[in-house]
Amino acid sequence: MKRTITTLLALLLFVWTGIAQETAPESNKKIPSVDIQDLQGNPFNTSSINNDGKPIILCFWATWCKPCIKELSAIADVYDDWVEETGVKLVAVSVDNSRSSATVEPTVNGKGWEYEVLRDPNEDFKRAMNVGFPPHTFLIDGEGNIVWQHSSYTEGNEVHLIELVRKLNAGETIEE
Amino acid sequence: MLKGLIVVLFSVPVMLFGQGFLENSQISGSFQSDAVYYMTDSQLGITDSTLDGKYFRVQGFTDVNYSYKNFSAGLRFEAYLPPLLGYDQEYQGYGVPYWYVKYKNKLIEVTAGNFYEQFGNGMIFRTYQDWTLGYDNSMRGLRVKLTPFSGVAITGVVGVQRTYWVPFKDNNRGIVKGLDADFYLNDMISSLSSSKFKLSFGGSFVSDFQKGKSMEIVVPPKIYELNLPENVATYGGRLNLNYSGFNFYTEYAHKINDPSAMNHYIYKNGDGWLLTASYSRKNFGLTAKTKWIDNMSYKSNRSVTNNALDINYLPAVTKEHTYFLAAMYPYATQPTGEVGASAELIFSLPKNSKLGGKYGMNFAINFSQVNNIKRSQVNDTTAINTPGTLGYKSTPFAVDWKDVFYQDVNIEVTKKFNKKWKGIFAYYYQTYNKDVIEGHLDEYGTVYANIGVVDITWNITKKYSIRGEVQGLWAKQDKGNWMAGMLELTISPKWFISVSDQWNIGNPVSNLQLHYYNFSAGFIYNTTRIALSYGRQREGVVCVGGVCRYVPESTGFTLTINSSF
Repeated sequence: MKRTITTLLALLLFVWTGIAQETAPESNKKIPSVDIQDLQGNPFNTSSINNDGKPIILCFWATWCKPCIKELSAIADVYDDWVEETGVKLVAVSVDNSRSSATVEPTVNGKGWEYEVLRDPNEDFKRAMNVGFPPHTFLIDGEGNIVWQHSSYTEGNEVHLIELVRKLNAGETIEE
Repeated sequence: MLKGLIVVLFSVPVMLFGQGFLENSQISGSFQSDAVYYMTDSQLGITDSTLDGKYFRVQGFTDVNYSYKNFSAGLRFEAYLPPLLGYDQEYQGYGVPYWYVKYKNKLIEVTAGNFYEQFGNGMIFRTYQDWTLGYDNSMRGLRVKLTPFSGVAITGVVGVQRTYWVPFKDNNRGIVKGLDADFYLNDMISSLSSSKFKLSFGGSFVSDFQKGKSMEIVVPPKIYELNLPENVATYGGRLNLNYSGFNFYTEYAHKINDPSAMNHYIYKNGDGWLLTASYSRKNFGLTAKTKWIDNMSYKSNRSVTNNALDINYLPAVTKEHTYFLAAMYPYATQPTGEVGASAELIFSLPKNSKLGGKYGMNFAINFSQVNNIKRSQVNDTTAINTPGTLGYKSTPFAVDWKDVFYQDVNIEVTKKFNKKWKGIFAYYYQTYNKDVIEGHLDEYGTVYANIGVVDITWNITKKYSIRGEVQGLWAKQDKGNWMAGMLELTISPKWFISVSDQWNIGNPVSNLQLHYYNFSAGFIYNTTRIALSYGRQREGVVCVGGVCRYVPESTGFTLTINSSF
C-alpha cells in the first residue's frame, strides 16, 4: 500500500511540475555559452550564434532521427523563400555522437540543405538547453532571447513556425 | 522513505518558483515521466509471477539547471518505483544521482560533482547518459578544462562512476583519472586562420585504479590464482584533417593488460583503431569508415559483465535504423574483438531536373559489415582465452572472414510527388549473428533478413495529415516472416493519433503467429508532450549508438509525459 501511495504521489508531482513549468516566463532566457564543434569538428562557442539582429531558428536534430530529417527537409523546400521574406536563419545542431558524427556533413550536403550546422557530440549544448529528445526547435529573437520552443515534429509544423517568425518581425509578442 | 521523497520532490518546484533570484540568473530544466500499467496476457505468457506482482510501474526524472553569470549549478532527481520492464531492476529507488556546480571563464572551467565528458571519439573515455537505454555512467568528482592559448584545450578529470544507486566504498569500483589535450593548428597559428586546410590533433591518457592485488576465479574444473594490475592505463591519439569538402579522421587507443570478466581474465593488451574519411559537396555526400577493436572492454570494475561502469565507448560503424522491422536486428558493439567497415552514399537529384522532377529526389545507400578478429593460440598447449594467460595473438585488421557478426546493405529513397504527397521507400538486407550479438551459446545461429518499407505521407490540408507505413520482413530463421503497418493522423501542431500492428505471420510455431498491436494518442503543447498508448510490446533489443538493452514482451497502458522549460 505504502508503495502504491509513493508511486502515485511521484507521478502526480511529476505531472504537476511539468504543467506548472509551462507558466514560467521565457522572456529573459538567452543561449548559454557552450563549447561545441562546427560541421568539421573544429571548436565553436555557442555565444557566437547570431544573425545580425534578425530571428534565428535553432533546431536540435540527429542523422538517425526520422522526424528531424522530415522537419529539416520540409523547411529546406521553402527555406529560400523564408530567408528572402523574413531574414530568418536556421541553425541545425546535430546531437549525433561519435558513432555517426562523421556522417553529419555528408548528410547535410547530400540532402542539399543550406543551413548553418553545428555538432554537439558530447551533448553539452543539448543539456544546457534542456533538450530531451530531438527534434526540438527554438525561436530566438534579434536580441538573442529565446522566445518560443517546441519539441517533436508533426507534418505542417513549419507553417506554424514561419507564422511565429512573421509575428516576431512585426513586433508582436509570441504567446500561445 | 515517504518523507524523504516528498521533501526532494517539493524542493524542485520551490527552487523553480522562488522569487529570490536576480535578474541575470536563469533557471531551466526538463522532466519526463513514464508510467505503465501492465496486464497479464496469456498469449504472450505474461502472468502475475512474470510481472513479479508489480503491475503499475513509474519511472521519471526532473532536471533543473541554474546559472548566474559565470556560475552554474544543477541537479537531476530520478525515481524508479519500480523500474519498467526491460530496465535494470537495480535502478529501483529514487534519489539525486546527478548534481554539479560549475564556474567558467575564458581561461578555465571547473566542475565539481557529476559530469559527462568524452576524449576524442571516446575510445578510452566517455561518460554519458541515455534515458531510453537506462544508461548512465557519469563521473562524480572534479573536472578542470583549460584554454591557455587560442586553439589549445586541456581537460583533466578525476572521480568515480555512477552505478545504479550503489555508493562508492572500498573497492566496489575504481577511481578514474584522465588527461586530454587538443591542438587546433589553424587557431594557434594566426597565418593559418583563414586557410581552407584545417588540421587538429589530440592525445589522452586515462588510468583506473581498483584496489586488490590478487583474486581467485573458478572456471570448472580449474581454479586460477591471478595477480592483478591495480592500475589499468590507457592512452590514445587522434588527428583530424579538413580541406574543402574532404575530411579525414583517425584515432588510435591502447590499453595495458586488464584481466576482467569481460575478457575471460586474460593479460593481453588492448588496441583500437578508427578511421573515417568523407567527401561532400552540394547534393552529394560520401562517407567511409573502418575500425578495429581488440580486447578493448574497459570498466571501472573488472567483475562487471553488463552495460554498467564502462569507462570507454566503442562506437558501432553500422547504421542505426528506426522503422519497426528494420530495427528488429540491430548491431551491438563487441568490445572483446571486432573488425568492421562501412560506406554511405547520400545524394539528391535537384529540383526541376529531368530525373529529379519538380521537387527533387533523395537517395541514401549504405553498406556495413562487421566480422570477428582473427585470433591464434599463444602456444600449442594453451587454448585461446585461457584465464591467467596472454589469451591469444592477433594482428591489427586481420579479419576472421568466416565469422560474420553483422552485415547490412540498405537503400532509402525519399520522393516528394507534389504538394500533398510524399514518400520514403526503403529496402534492407541484414545478416545478424544472433548468438554473438545477443550473447547466446550456439542456440540460434545467424538470421538473414530481407526487409521492405513504404512510408507515405498525405498532407490533406496545412493542418491535417495522414501517414501510413507498410513493412515486411522475410527470414527463414529465428521467428520467420513479419508484416507491419501503421496509420497516423496528425493535426499540426498539437495532436496525433496512431494505430499500428506488427504481425509475426511466419512464425514456425503456428500459435505464436501473434499480433503486436498498439493504439496511441498524444498532445503536444510547445515543449510538453503527453502520450497515452495501449498495446503490446514485442520482445526485442533497443540500441542507441551500439549500446543495447533487452526489452521483454509486455501488454498494457503507457502514459509518457515530458517537458522542458
